[in-house]
Amino acid sequence: MRTVANAERKTDSGPAARGPLGGLLDWSQALVRDLWIGGVLVALIIGFSIGSPYFLTRANWLNTSSTATEVLLLAVGETFVICSAGIDLSVGAVLGFAGTAGAWVMATAFPGASGAAVGPITVGFAAAIAAGAAFGLVNGLLVAFAGIPPFVVTLGTLGIATGFGYLLNNGQEISAIPSSVATFGNTNLGGWLPVPVLITAVITIWCGLLLARTRFGAYALSIGDSREAVIRAGINYRRYLVRIYTLSGLLAGVAAVLVMARLGAGSPDSGTTDNLNAIAAVVIGGASLFGGRGTITGSVIGTGIIAVMLTGLVLVNVPPFWQEVAVGAILIAAVYIDQLRHRKASSR
Amino acid sequence: MSPRLAVRDLAKHYGGVQALRGVTLHVDGGEVLGLVGDNGAGKSTLLKILSGAMFPSAGQVLLDGHPAHFGSPASARDAGVATVYQDLALAGQRDVVANFFLGREKLSANWLARRIGWLDGKAMAAHTVAELERLRTRIPDVHQVSRDLSGGQRQALAIARAVAWTSKVLLLDEPTSALGVEQQRQVLDLIRRVRDQGIAVLLVSHQMPDVLAVCDRAVVLRLGVVAATLSGGDLNSENLIGYITGALAGGAP
Repeated sequence: MRTVANAERKTDSGPAARGPLGGLLDWSQALVRDLWIGGVLVALIIGFSIGSPYFLTRANWLNTSSTATEVLLLAVGETFVICSAGIDLSVGAVLGFAGTAGAWVMATAFPGASGAAVGPITVGFAAAIAAGAAFGLVNGLLVAFAGIPPFVVTLGTLGIATGFGYLLNNGQEISAIPSSVATFGNTNLGGWLPVPVLITAVITIWCGLLLARTRFGAYALSIGDSREAVIRAGINYRRYLVRIYTLSGLLAGVAAVLVMARLGAGSPDSGTTDNLNAIAAVVIGGASLFGGRGTITGSVIGTGIIAVMLTGLVLVNVPPFWQEVAVGAILIAAVYIDQLRHRKASSR
Repeated sequence: MSPRLAVRDLAKHYGGVQALRGVTLHVDGGEVLGLVGDNGAGKSTLLKILSGAMFPSAGQVLLDGHPAHFGSPASARDAGVATVYQDLALAGQRDVVANFFLGREKLSANWLARRIGWLDGKAMAAHTVAELERLRTRIPDVHQVSRDLSGGQRQALAIARAVAWTSKVLLLDEPTSALGVEQQRQVLDLIRRVRDQGIAVLLVSHQMPDVLAVCDRAVVLRLGVVAATLSGGDLNSENLIGYITGALAGGAP
């Protein structure tokens, strides 16, 4: 008799007795849940530090963190989408298109703008972010109102965004942009904190709170958990789906700005590998592809694993192509272990 | 005084099929009315109309004597008629508080927090605990995900949630069908406590013992009409089964 056992086990910690200690308990349980995948990240860091004297250096930190920003921004948006039982396959392509579009606006509307032209740079950045958000909006509208499965919608917009990116300059990158864009993207505060990393960190923390502590996040999770329950509760779930996909596109636009600032150019190819990495990061981080479960903390750890593999394997002289193999293997292992744990939990 | 919920000459047909052919019944506040009948008798159709999920072809629904027109489940709920369906509509991976407040979340008071949609988690948890205690339901940890609750606890959560946001009528669709004996008893106790708060309860059930245990009166539907309304000594197994199967016929005995 499961119920009786449950009731007995929990009588001493009734709802009224739930003080700060109860909150701490929740927090530590969540921590233990995330711990094993965080442990994988720590083990990788320790392993690579032993394997290469160059791993725990400033240069490698700057390299790893810059690589991670793009994937992380996409993964953060993707977390909301996956929590809502959707998928956004388009984010990488949207990143490429948005960056190219931003550079195209700067190069076309302000040809020969001076290096530090604040106006053109602002307009170019805004154009990139708007281009990303626009694709997200289209994804959201099609998923929410046309009822087309997210996989199909975003596979379609993946193709459309890729094509648009190439059409802007015949498939070439656009580098005729003010030089201070690259200065902005390669500034390190105190030598250790690249500006793109700082921006990404602020956005990530904000989105972590958005998912865990606001109504928007609660609805993203509930829509993914049981759309029927959300509809019965009288929630306009379509409106929230549109916002969720728009957020994902918007963050792809922000990632595009940071990539453009790092490279000093807008390249249509810049997001092609980030796409699956972002999805892998979210799933490695413990989000359920069936929706209803996921955290930004998990996605940060997942991104960390992917970024550390990417730079670490190079430093220990493993051909970098093995990184993709390793990420694929970790992805499958993470989902398998997660399933085992949940099977155990539900048969308790 | 007019009854809390009344139905007059309610009819519904889908194409050529007559699901309801003029049903008249009423439920008072503080009363549990059982609604029984064989499959196809019209129970589900009646429930859907009362919960706002379906329009009647003819007839009237009256709430406290005033004609009510429910355009949607939300409008029925806002008018004070809450429904707990068989599937309960809980989000399994969300905790008790999130389910309790789903669609009615409490936001923190200050202006910025309201703009952002910042949840007042403490107040929501405290309110959930208070409401569950008021109905004396046994859910010790409101931060448990609803999937980890027992079937009876889930039913209790769904009923408590419905009752917390309604003041007038509670419609229950087979609330005990998937439960063990002890949990059935707990849910029936809960229904009595809801009734004691002056809410009118309409209980749709196939479980005759439940109907006998908790209902003040029972309406038997057969082929879209009221075959009998049973109460007091007439509310017994033989009569219920007799009118459900058609072995007994005619108006009230």
